[in-house]
Amino acid sequence: MNSSPSARQPYDGVVVCAPVTVPYRRYSTNSAHWWVGRALHELVRQAGVRPQDIDGLIVSSFTLGPDRAIGLTQHLGLSPRWLDDVPLGGASGIVALRRAARAVQARDADLVACVAADTNHVDSFRKTLSSFSRFAQDAVYPYGAGGANASFALITKNYMNRYGATREDFARMCIAQRDNALSNPHALMKKKLTLDEYLSARPIADPIHLFDCVMPCAGAEAFLVCREETATSLGLAAVRLVAAIERHNAYPDDPVQIRGGWAVDAGELWAMAGVAPDDVNFVETYDDYPVISMMQFEDLGFCAKGEGPDFVRSHTLTNAGSFPHNTSGGQLSAGQAGAAGGYLGLTDAIRQLTGKPLGAPVPDARVGVVSGFGMINYDRGLASAAAVLARAA
Amino acid sequence: MTRPLARPRRKNPLKRTRAPLRPPAVRSRTAHGLTAAAAEGHFALQVCTDCRTVIYPPRDACPACLSPRVPFTNIDNGGTLVAETSVHTSTEVYFRERTPWRVGVVALDRGPSVVAHLHGDVAEGARVRVELKLDKAGAPVMMALPEQDTPDMADDPQLREVTCDPKFRRVLITDGRTAVGQALAKAFSEAQASIVFVGVADPWKPFPGMNSLRAIERVEIVPLDLTDTESVTEQAQQNGARVDIVVNTAEHVRAGGIVDRHGLTVAREEIDARYFGLLRLAQAFGPALRARGADGVNSATAFVNLLSVHALMNWPEYGSYSAAEAACLSAAQCLRAELRPGGVKVLNVFFGPLETEWFQTVPPPKVAPAALARAVVDALKRGLEDVFVGDIAQDVRQRLAVNPKALERELAG
Repeated sequence: MNSSPSARQPYDGVVVCAPVTVPYRRYSTNSAHWWVGRALHELVRQAGVRPQDIDGLIVSSFTLGPDRAIGLTQHLGLSPRWLDDVPLGGASGIVALRRAARAVQARDADLVACVAADTNHVDSFRKTLSSFSRFAQDAVYPYGAGGANASFALITKNYMNRYGATREDFARMCIAQRDNALSNPHALMKKKLTLDEYLSARPIADPIHLFDCVMPCAGAEAFLVCREETATSLGLAAVRLVAAIERHNAYPDDPVQIRGGWAVDAGELWAMAGVAPDDVNFVETYDDYPVISMMQFEDLGFCAKGEGPDFVRSHTLTNAGSFPHNTSGGQLSAGQAGAAGGYLGLTDAIRQLTGKPLGAPVPDARVGVVSGFGMINYDRGLASAAAVLARAA
Repeated sequence: MTRPLARPRRKNPLKRTRAPLRPPAVRSRTAHGLTAAAAEGHFALQVCTDCRTVIYPPRDACPACLSPRVPFTNIDNGGTLVAETSVHTSTEVYFRERTPWRVGVVALDRGPSVVAHLHGDVAEGARVRVELKLDKAGAPVMMALPEQDTPDMADDPQLREVTCDPKFRRVLITDGRTAVGQALAKAFSEAQASIVFVGVADPWKPFPGMNSLRAIERVEIVPLDLTDTESVTEQAQQNGARVDIVVNTAEHVRAGGIVDRHGLTVAREEIDARYFGLLRLAQAFGPALRARGADGVNSATAFVNLLSVHALMNWPEYGSYSAAEAACLSAAQCLRAELRPGGVKVLNVFFGPLETEWFQTVPPPKVAPAALARAVVDALKRGLEDVFVGDIAQDVRQRLAVNPKALERELAG
């Protein structure tokens, strides 16, 4: 083996288009299959194709059980020649995009539908938590059963201890995202968030308080991946994929998570994209908790490790601000529809870069970074991924 | 600093008794290596045989070298509390009624980070010792304790959830005529049990040690004969709802095996006093114990069986006795499953030959009744499930783990 890994092939000619959001609901009596069906129905309508034209399908869902992607082909009457499941939670969107991109480049498929959907029944959250992973069952859930809130409370507390972040810093992020959400008609959170409301919210698992947490809900997100000429022939506004990375179980020896796999591969991401962090017009992070967004700023190279708090203090994070972040409100304000939360940044980014945002536009958006994070198997998120997208020339 | 427990007030009989709830109990098969360690009070994690990496959470391959040889091994339990949180919102009803509940990440000196329940006297950044405990579901959990003992530390509410401390609890010792029963009465009184009921069959008949037994603080002699169903039922009706710890001290020790005995008279007595006695006791007191597992400071917490270690492997010199003890051990395993829904532990205390009349001809080492009593109280304070008292019991335990067949042959003499 060489000591350094091979350089990646570029994603030349690959585009993303037809972003679909099925409006979220706090609870749904419908199944995950229903939400997937709605998303694909809207996807073919928007793309102006027939369902049988979809020759690639890739699916992410926590609540589809006992079915998986293969069962959906029969359920929905599709006959793809390329099929995949991505059970990576918040990293699902970018990982699906990476896999689909290679499929269309290699012509294993021409039109890949990427879809993530989850339902949210009353009590389905507890059931998901209690059986989320073997390590969670053996070594986390029996300790207070606080779920992700408790695990991220420990990560947040450790980060605050180590780098001096304060609740006010996280407030800046949450409040800016809420401002972005106010113009997004689909966002579940409709009211402006004030600093005082943020700080005085009830504690969930110290230092995590109510507005540091996403609201679990039902919903679906989808998009199409194809070659540039396919999008052109369909008359679809499309966005180029210029670079993407994924990394799993990075830095296992850190006693508590202070960084994710982005830090391993960010250099390659920027090199492949041919742009620098300063060239980016907006960033969509995976915001299950604000501390994780702060880590993504650092690990993706927008600032150095430990400078996240200062970075947040010195920028305005709204769409009109100096560092537009989570442009439709992110999961913190739009809601977390299970695995669809891992797609939210991508559908947003496609809309911003094609000039059709759900809410307030980022002025002159040409390049956006989307990042994903998922699967807290024991004490930390294992999957991290990021992509650079650019407006088609 | 731990706030010392307040002596519980007399219970208002009109108030609803809080139903016992359990924390999440499901564990992987491999994680039951932790259960085994916790049951005996060891701190054991998997250590890779090939590269010595210490592994947590439990795995089926070494994450450093992929070796499948990852046995549980007793290791040092020191560490540092890196970060803590108080859980205010929990998806499980057990924790919902106990919030805020403190948990934290401990970086163990030996490597891995563990998520642990926190004792009230540990602070972020401080050195801690991590112990494996069995929680109310009987499942193994990590508990971070202060590195050095602190005043009243046993009274910490989160720690008391995983122990069976006799302090302010009411204890029933089933037979006060035995030396072990009398030693236990003294030990529980010293451990601040609020009442020590001591059963005596035919209490009007005097017995050795009677006066000193009566003189022990908070001891109350009650009529109880485990060979008499009616007597057991009556005692349960009288005091069953205010007994938090039951200790079965019934003894029936006779030398002899099977072939050289004539008839079943002695065996019947053994079975009646020990096996049926245990069943009578469990049937009479079990339902109330199980229903009162979350009944405040003096909730029901433990059912203690004193068992000859030869329940685990027959000692032909006392072969029929060993068989009766084995029956009791099997019943105790059933009882454990049946009392677990109430969060009540079944503690099995295995001992070798005792320093008493019935083991007169057996050479030392033997277990003094006071030592056995101390071990019982200590095991309850630590929340253990299986303890081995004295050199013989420890020896049998170790030899069983290595080669049961060798033990069988060697006990045959």
